[in-house]
Amino acid sequence: MYDAMLAETVQIEGDGGDLIEAYLARPLQPGPFGGVVVIHHLPGYDPETKEIARRFAVNGYAAICPNLYSREAPGASPDDAAAVARAAGGVPDDRLIGDVAGAARSLRALSSSNGKVGTIGYCSGGRQSFLAACSLDLDAAVDCYGAFVVSSPPEGMPLKATPIIDRAVDLSCPLLGLFGAEDSHPSPEEVAEIDRVLTELGKPHEFHIYEGAGHAFFAVNRPSYRPEAANEGWAAIFDFFGRYLAS
Amino acid sequence: MCTYQTEHLSLRASAKGPSGWFRAEETTVYFDHPVDLPEEHSLNVDFLAPSQGASTRVALELDAASALALARGILTSLAKVPEGLVPEEVAGAARAALAPLA
Repeated sequence: MYDAMLAETVQIEGDGGDLIEAYLARPLQPGPFGGVVVIHHLPGYDPETKEIARRFAVNGYAAICPNLYSREAPGASPDDAAAVARAAGGVPDDRLIGDVAGAARSLRALSSSNGKVGTIGYCSGGRQSFLAACSLDLDAAVDCYGAFVVSSPPEGMPLKATPIIDRAVDLSCPLLGLFGAEDSHPSPEEVAEIDRVLTELGKPHEFHIYEGAGHAFFAVNRPSYRPEAANEGWAAIFDFFGRYLAS
Repeated sequence: MCTYQTEHLSLRASAKGPSGWFRAEETTVYFDHPVDLPEEHSLNVDFLAPSQGASTRVALELDAASALALARGILTSLAKVPEGLVPEEVAGAARAALAPLA
């Protein structure tokens, strides 16, 4: 079986027409393939997130991870760029939506595309995946333990994030939520509230809450990594994308 | 969680990075995910010179107890400075801050 893939740094048009850096990983077969926009976590556009993009490519998806800190720190290492971005309070929501829209456009423009695009995001990217799915025309979205979907950041925190649950009425696609039972941001109560609102709105969604896991259980290079939850989570992701993104 | 909680300090300081010494223009202190320290969260300090680009940075990541020990060490050093070498208000503030930590 021919299983070659190509992974490379590219430039895409992001919010406001800005050229931003992105990491594109795609199978080299003719397709058609679904596309996945990978939204990186606060620590940035790092090697582990690029590995996630390659994992999607190996499994038959074109995946692109836009560097959300391209403007703040062009050419800087991911950790230096993240330091600048976090000091500024994170990425503005409107700009994030524009950057994800640009990434989705670039995936749909691939000759191997089947026209379907989903998003997946981790940590702050989980909230951003939810936000993108409420703002853009997508086919599937995955929120991995995104905080501040239903609650505001604690007093004094300079994070420019506001609750976005009121946007759920505009959710354009099925949502998969993957959460740790021991996480406090989002807490199980917050996850239950998101579930309640989506159910009330009749929005298709599927939530998994993993016992013995807290925040960032997918992060293979961090002490928060929980292999059992991560393995089950990956299976849920490929099952979900298989239903909504695959040809 | 990503706390984003950040103290912005304006310090008169030099730091040595990969390209040599630079004058810190901004310093940030925050408790959030580390990049390298094997902890879920850490107390992080960045000495930055934005005018020279994002890569001009010296970064520290300490676990919470180490951060407190460092703070104690700094305060102790300042409190012990022989009279006249630092402004008395600095030495006095260091002694006052150190007392509740003892």
